[in-house]
Amino acid sequence: MTDLVKIFVAAFLINNIILMRFIALCSYIGMTSDVGQSVGMGLAVTFVTVMASAVTWPIYYWVLKPNGLEFLEILVFIVVIAALVQLVEFYLKKSVPALYHAMGIYLPLITTNCAILAVTFDQITYGYNFVQSIVFAVAVSLGYLLAMLLLAGVRQRLKNSPIPSFMLDTPVLFLTTSIIAVAFMGFAGLIK
Amino acid sequence: MKRLFGIFVNGLVVENPLFVIMIGLCSSMAVTTTVANGIGMGIALTFVLVMSEVIISAFRKLIPDSIRMPVFLIVIAAFTTIMDLEMKAYFPALSKSMGVYIPLVVVNCIVMGRVEAYSSKQPVLDSLFDGLGMGLGYTWVLLALSIVRELLGNGTLLGFQIMPSSFEPMIFFILPPGGFLVFSLWMAASNSLRRRILTSRKDDAAQQSCCTLPADGTAEKA
Repeated sequence: MTDLVKIFVAAFLINNIILMRFIALCSYIGMTSDVGQSVGMGLAVTFVTVMASAVTWPIYYWVLKPNGLEFLEILVFIVVIAALVQLVEFYLKKSVPALYHAMGIYLPLITTNCAILAVTFDQITYGYNFVQSIVFAVAVSLGYLLAMLLLAGVRQRLKNSPIPSFMLDTPVLFLTTSIIAVAFMGFAGLIK
Repeated sequence: MKRLFGIFVNGLVVENPLFVIMIGLCSSMAVTTTVANGIGMGIALTFVLVMSEVIISAFRKLIPDSIRMPVFLIVIAAFTTIMDLEMKAYFPALSKSMGVYIPLVVVNCIVMGRVEAYSSKQPVLDSLFDGLGMGLGYTWVLLALSIVRELLGNGTLLGFQIMPSSFEPMIFFILPPGGFLVFSLWMAASNSLRRRILTSRKDDAAQQSCCTLPADGTAEKA
């Protein structure tokens, strides 16, 4: 149990996927112009990440590894995730239309979201078992949601602030991110 | 010839993938803690980009429109795997220090964006130059980032001691927040320079082609 808590805290705060590892920055900058949108994207990513790791873990350990096909990892994972997103989209459209309308626009966008693929690779690299993988996936994507929410909140304030024309638009967002990341460095000693 | 050179420069400066279109940001900050990593990543991405663009451009009339995305993904993933294995075989230390960011080239938005927006419609030679321009445009930004970060954060360049021994390395620049800061400042500098050049030129046509970039939205995919 304690190792699961450790994995969770490490992935959620200490090695936050956006602020400490720079993964999924495109959507971080692109989708945080309002709070609702960033939460929607964060939840959609959480959903797909957990689904994807539940599928790729068995594929790697039961299909690829026994047959000595580890080198196909990249190819297989990306195709599986793309197919999975499509399936989820069809399923939601048919059976849960309300959820589809809330999440639908984000689903095609996250097929090529780096966070999902990075999580599935990391689980293999770190040698996690199935339960650990799922906990890791949940923690990483909640960390993603947290970072999105933080920047979206700051952006609301930035809209009404006098910003030097030199830093206007995106540079100021990265500067803000840098300061948020400094704050997150403080979590580093949380786990020995 | 002049046209091809124009395509090349387009990716290098005018539509620089990192500073102007702002795609493929993930790896640019993660690997630039040392100059060697920056160069390695730049070359790796350029290889995948050029090869994927050329192959897809050569087969562009054979790929059915409805399933083009999966086809692109598989081509890109194949070249990423090749590059990953090459790196592991010939540069094991470099490959290890870049870790997960090498397989992540497969979802790098630069590759997918250029393949979808450019080489799926243009002839092979144009695509080749577009890939080279974009790849080198990405590489020089990586170099700029990593030079600042390695020099200030470690006092070295490519592993050689540059700063005098009295210089206390500022670890901040090696850590993630430093990456965001250096990127932000470089981007501000590059953008204001671009803006100044554009306004001084007062050429409407040029201004339009530069500032209405991803109108089709393809380049902005997550």
